[in-house]
Amino acid sequence: MKSTLKLALGLASAVTASTAVSSAAHAEDLTLCWAAWDPANALVELSKDFTKETGIGMKFEFVPWTNYADRFLNELNSHGKLCDLIIGDSQWIGGAAENGHYVKLNEFFDKEKISMDDFVPATVVGYSEWPKNTPNYWALPAMGDVVGWTYRKDWFSRPELQKEFKEKYGWDLAPPTTFDQLKQIAEFFQKRQIDGKTVYGASIYTERGSEGITMGAMDVLYSYGFQYENPKKAYEMEGFVNSEKSVKGLEFYKALYDCCTPPGASNSYMGEGVDAFKSGQVAMHMNFAFTWPGLQKDENVGGDKIGYFVNPKGPDGDQFAQLGGQGISVVSYSDKQEAALKYIKWFANKDVQAKWWSLGGYSCLNAVVKDTKFPSSQPYAQAFLDSMAVVKDFWAEPSYAPLLQASQKRFHDYVVAGQGSAKDALDGLVKDWTQVFQDDGKM
Amino acid sequence: MTEAGLTMLNRTADSVARSTPEPLARKVRGISDKGLAWLFISPTILLLLAINIFPLFWAIYLSFTNYRANRPGEVVKNLGLANYRRILGDQDIWIAMQTTAHFVFWTILLQTVIGFTLAWLIDRKFRGHAFWTTIILVPMMLSPAVVGNFWRFLYEPQIGLFAYVVSFFTGIAPTNVQMLSNVELAPWAIVIVDTWMWTPYVMLICLAGLRSIPEYIYEAAEVDRASNWRQFWSITLPMALPFIMLAVLFRGIENFKMFDMVNLLTGGGPGSTTEVASITLKRQAFESWRTGYSSAFAIILFVAVFGLANIYVKALNKVKQR
Repeated sequence: MKSTLKLALGLASAVTASTAVSSAAHAEDLTLCWAAWDPANALVELSKDFTKETGIGMKFEFVPWTNYADRFLNELNSHGKLCDLIIGDSQWIGGAAENGHYVKLNEFFDKEKISMDDFVPATVVGYSEWPKNTPNYWALPAMGDVVGWTYRKDWFSRPELQKEFKEKYGWDLAPPTTFDQLKQIAEFFQKRQIDGKTVYGASIYTERGSEGITMGAMDVLYSYGFQYENPKKAYEMEGFVNSEKSVKGLEFYKALYDCCTPPGASNSYMGEGVDAFKSGQVAMHMNFAFTWPGLQKDENVGGDKIGYFVNPKGPDGDQFAQLGGQGISVVSYSDKQEAALKYIKWFANKDVQAKWWSLGGYSCLNAVVKDTKFPSSQPYAQAFLDSMAVVKDFWAEPSYAPLLQASQKRFHDYVVAGQGSAKDALDGLVKDWTQVFQDDGKM
Repeated sequence: MTEAGLTMLNRTADSVARSTPEPLARKVRGISDKGLAWLFISPTILLLLAINIFPLFWAIYLSFTNYRANRPGEVVKNLGLANYRRILGDQDIWIAMQTTAHFVFWTILLQTVIGFTLAWLIDRKFRGHAFWTTIILVPMMLSPAVVGNFWRFLYEPQIGLFAYVVSFFTGIAPTNVQMLSNVELAPWAIVIVDTWMWTPYVMLICLAGLRSIPEYIYEAAEVDRASNWRQFWSITLPMALPFIMLAVLFRGIENFKMFDMVNLLTGGGPGSTTEVASITLKRQAFESWRTGYSSAFAIILFVAVFGLANIYVKALNKVKQR
């Protein structure tokens, strides 16, 4: 009996000791929270170098895009300690800064000689600053992203289609530079038989639940003349959000949805867009640039069959694109802030950024993207650079969520459900947004 | 009574007293029977208070404030009845309520008619009725998440079976059968799925009602030469009515709260065509983070369901007492 007891005690001690050793070994493990997508896999690969260099292990908490905001905003709001580092969406910056979720990085940047001048200006404003256009930094630009377009280069280059297109529209079938051209191409391909299969014009964002249709419609609206507010008077939206030009832009988006999207594409966002393009359903495809490396590698539609172009110009020649992407921040509730800052320092390094790009991530470091070899480094690199030069972002206000919900509803009601007019939708949007800012005490 | 009889009676009384268990409370010094009873039920009461009652009162309190769960540090202001006024004056909320009423009405109507008919047929006890009963019950046993995804694929205009079946019977091209993206069809797409899933539930309750009707009543009706139709109208339907009404009550309350099915199938779209009250509530509470506002909306919904259910239960009791 005694010996049995000794054996049991010995085993228990051994288990306890091994657990303790294991805990000690992983005491400095950092948890990084992000969305579950291709760049996240690239980051896992990249972070192995960090562990090699510092001995700090990396754990990852990736959540699908549909739950990304809900999951991590809940985590931040409840002051959770799950994430030491978070790659949060660009719109979260205002709320995260004002509610104290993120560690302010100014002192750290100064100490480590990390300069925001070394990063693409649009990404610094979009992912790092709050208030916007002030030198208050809450994140390091991590993943540059922007809405752009892919097209079926192989279809566009077919002589018979080129001939037919030229006869019909009077210009060469090529990547569009204006939205009018884009619609003509989309109409040309809609319900066309190619290789015995019915194909459609374009896949665009129409998703209702999170942010899809807003990201898509804004992509067009910006270039048509939409402005969030009076540049001379903050939060004055009347005549800007619902200007005549904005109305025309929204009408165009609806016309594009009605004429040229695949059947049933009423709730389509990033994943559905990729599926539509990969399955050879559409001639053109609106999506964030992060999808491009995966499409480029695709056996059926990638390689020589795919081309990329920047969001086209509006009727007055204005050209903008919806900013995506995120910055990486240190969560203020983390007990491992020092280690997390080490990661930021390591990530800001030029060599790491270069490898990040080569693995499929989108670096925001000037030294990487302004390198003379960059445009030829990938077939989509030039389109990415050109797109990043014309970005605009959605409200980054602390109340971005109700602002986004309002636009989701107004745009979907008009574009997909066909309720009311574009003017009604934008007037309603002004009303909703005014209410949000009044609730915030900003108006 | 003789002395012997008295002794006998005393013995019996002693025996009864011995066999009767002594109140447990006497063994536990200082606690009365009532105290002991409270001791036993207090964990349940505490749980109930913590999980049901406290959140209810907390929600009532929040409904009078501007509290936002994503801004815990912000000063909470008392708004009085402002949230309630705003909700009752919000056109979108009324549209959501109308949409909810539309679903509740049509799903209950279809489920009751089909469910009762199926129960009536199953009650005939034809050959293989047990097998068919099991088959009919299958949809009800599936999880709403599975059903929602399953039907989303069925409704898919390019690859879904539903579009091909409709196309086969009507000649309309399958790609034009866009159940979930068409404003006119999307509400019906949800009604169809909910009816498919929950009709068996109504059928089960109705079947219990039909089986509770005593056979001798029908025998008496046969003796009186009542026709089958007369028997149905005068015996079957009135006697099964309390059960049918009970099924309507259960389904009505459930469908008033309908969320998962709509969320999975349409997410409230296209536009806001299928945005029922629960979806609006979720958006306000967990996407826009208007906690005080959404609490007020939840209280309004709670009062509406509670009030309607109470009126209905009174009617049900009257029917039962007939």
